[in-house]
Amino acid sequence: MLLGLDVPPLDELTNWPPFAFKNSDWLSLNKVGLIYLLAMACTLAIFIIGGSKKKLVPHGIQNVAEVGVEFVRDQVVMQTIGSDGLVFLPYLTALFFFIFFSNIFEIIPYFQMPANARIAMPLVLALVTYAIFNVVGIAKQGPLKYVKNAIVPPGVPKAILPLVVVIELVSYFLVRPFSLMVRLFANMLAGHLILATFSVICTAVFKKSILVIILPFSFGLLFALTGFEILVSFLQAFIFTILTAVYIGGSMHPEH
Amino acid sequence: MLHVLAAAAVDNNAGLQTIGRGIVYGAAAIGPGIGIGLVVGNAITAMARQPESAGTVRTTMFLGIAFTEALALFGFVLAFILK
Repeated sequence: MLLGLDVPPLDELTNWPPFAFKNSDWLSLNKVGLIYLLAMACTLAIFIIGGSKKKLVPHGIQNVAEVGVEFVRDQVVMQTIGSDGLVFLPYLTALFFFIFFSNIFEIIPYFQMPANARIAMPLVLALVTYAIFNVVGIAKQGPLKYVKNAIVPPGVPKAILPLVVVIELVSYFLVRPFSLMVRLFANMLAGHLILATFSVICTAVFKKSILVIILPFSFGLLFALTGFEILVSFLQAFIFTILTAVYIGGSMHPEH
Repeated sequence: MLHVLAAAAVDNNAGLQTIGRGIVYGAAAIGPGIGIGLVVGNAITAMARQPESAGTVRTTMFLGIAFTEALALFGFVLAFILK
């Protein structure tokens, strides 16, 4: 029935040609880069404008900044690290807002591209998290003790210890940053593909034939999925932040 | 005879590749599907039994979902990079 529906290939959906400084290797800017710059500007604006006039009764954008900081403090830092993790509160809050803003451009008209559907920024953010939790662990516990606490879980029988050590080594130092990167990237790419597919179906059935009776259903689903993608954008930012906090907390307070 | 067969044989590598991708993602989604069901189901039980600890349970539930879901996402990415 819907034969002849041509869904655009993946390259077409995620590759954006540069539109500014086209001839430069370093400065050429495409849509993804522009979205990251806008996300950075939004994050900076909230906290600079919200923090410039500190009133006792918050008003306007100061409300957003305070609710955001409070959310990250109560739901992320206090739940996972504890009160001595509050030094990481500025980084984690900035991380949360930056990821959320670069994700939410998925549903903003004329952009409609989650910037994190390209793997570069998730890779960088995961590497920053990796560096932070390793440096914190080495600084708090010393290098040898940190590696021992990381790869030898307490209370394991001696017989299976070699196997457990290998598994823990791989999962602690390789799978952690890799899964952090892939989780953010693949969630946003999947959401983008789903929205693109349903948009293609909607335009394909929008014509003068009996097929138009399908349109309300596919459009309704597109509408619902757009709402769902708002939730996913928020949730992925939250999960990236909370996993960063969990890893930092694990380096600060090893299990005994 | 042979050259007739050779002419009739089609190059169906692309089709097989597509089928392989489907199998990769489909198989990778089975385990995480069951896993996320267990995580959320048990979290709901915990919240219903002790509504006062719902905040902690919800945070831990999202963590559990994130870890379980990672496996399905590995399959999703692998399906695309598979040659």
